[in-house]
Amino acid sequence: MTSTNEKRETANEDWVTCIALIRDDRDERAFARLFAHFAPRVKGFLMRSGSDATQAEETTQEVMATLWQKAHLFDPSRASAATWIFTIARNRRIDTLRRQRRPEPEDLPWGHEPEPDQADVLMLQQESYQLAGAIAALPDKQRVLIEKAYFGDLSHSEIAEQTGLPLGTIKSRIRLALDRLRHEMK
Amino acid sequence: MTETTIKHHVSDALMMAYSAGTLPEAFSLTVATHISMCDECRARLGAFDCVGGSLIEMGEAADVAENSLAATMALIRKGPKQDAPAPRMRSAGLPAPLRDYVGGGLNSVRWRSVGMGVKQAVLRTSPDASARLLYIPAGAAVPDHGHRGTELTLVLQGAFVDEVDRFGPGDIEIANEDLDHTPVADIGADCICLAATDAPLRFRSLIPRIAQPFLRI
Repeated sequence: MTSTNEKRETANEDWVTCIALIRDDRDERAFARLFAHFAPRVKGFLMRSGSDATQAEETTQEVMATLWQKAHLFDPSRASAATWIFTIARNRRIDTLRRQRRPEPEDLPWGHEPEPDQADVLMLQQESYQLAGAIAALPDKQRVLIEKAYFGDLSHSEIAEQTGLPLGTIKSRIRLALDRLRHEMK
Repeated sequence: MTETTIKHHVSDALMMAYSAGTLPEAFSLTVATHISMCDECRARLGAFDCVGGSLIEMGEAADVAENSLAATMALIRKGPKQDAPAPRMRSAGLPAPLRDYVGGGLNSVRWRSVGMGVKQAVLRTSPDASARLLYIPAGAAVPDHGHRGTELTLVLQGAFVDEVDRFGPGDIEIANEDLDHTPVADIGADCICLAATDAPLRFRSLIPRIAQPFLRI
């Protein structure tokens, strides 16, 4: 698992660089690389979440265009590239599939720094990939439960009824995120 | 910014559903408002979003259309569909997500009296659940009621006490079929809450039951 994690971390560093190139230089080659990796994954995710192929293709293009337009809002000390892209795809899905607004929490008052601390970026990356690794290593039954929740096959009350959800995996990631948040506020 | 005394948080199930984007809009509004008041839950949301990122990263890829990249570049050149919304400001005691629904701060709320000093303002959300602001004068009670579905009550100001505990600013109570309760506003100050439910409330006494259709709760 460690070597896979290392590979993933290196990959995320590349994606972070690509997003910075899009933000600073409108770099289409960097965008094409991101697109080749993420667009098929976003489309797969949308199709698993109930979109037909045509709708999923259209939404995927919108998600990837949003990535370009909002590149300046990406903060690699708060989310990995995959997590950020997930939040864009999720919001588009609510918009197109459920035709609802998505109320978002208030932005943090200090905003985000244009050049976040590299140590924070690295730590976030490691935590993200540890969590990904832990999810990949779950027994099938538990992983399927998580997938069902995120693909929209379980309501919140159905999630509450599940006893096999591996929340401990998620909780170690929370503690570190909270430490960082408090650190930032000082 | 954050309320340091928050004792009652969003449950893991609600947080996961909010992160997944599967909650009714009224519930999402309540969770987003709580997160705006609670750093701990903000950090929890980051972790749950990270689960979503992992699923994208590890999930099955689907072939995109042959011209997909070119079509996306064309979309980018057309520019965003709409201008970016103005930055959201916090003012007059309401966190940003609620301000978006009220159309301003607390002084912009259009209260309607529902009797005995209690006032409410229904917020416009998708019909799968409803959200309203409740104003309960210090020491007053909201009639004893049970629930058919889930009811979330988030305290914005003041506090209320019921059979379960005391709930202060930022605290969220998650009630389901099993809970019949009579929330009473703390004697010290008027209480303002955001309440969201995915089923009509059932009042125990006759009068509120007759009034229910008129109250839209």
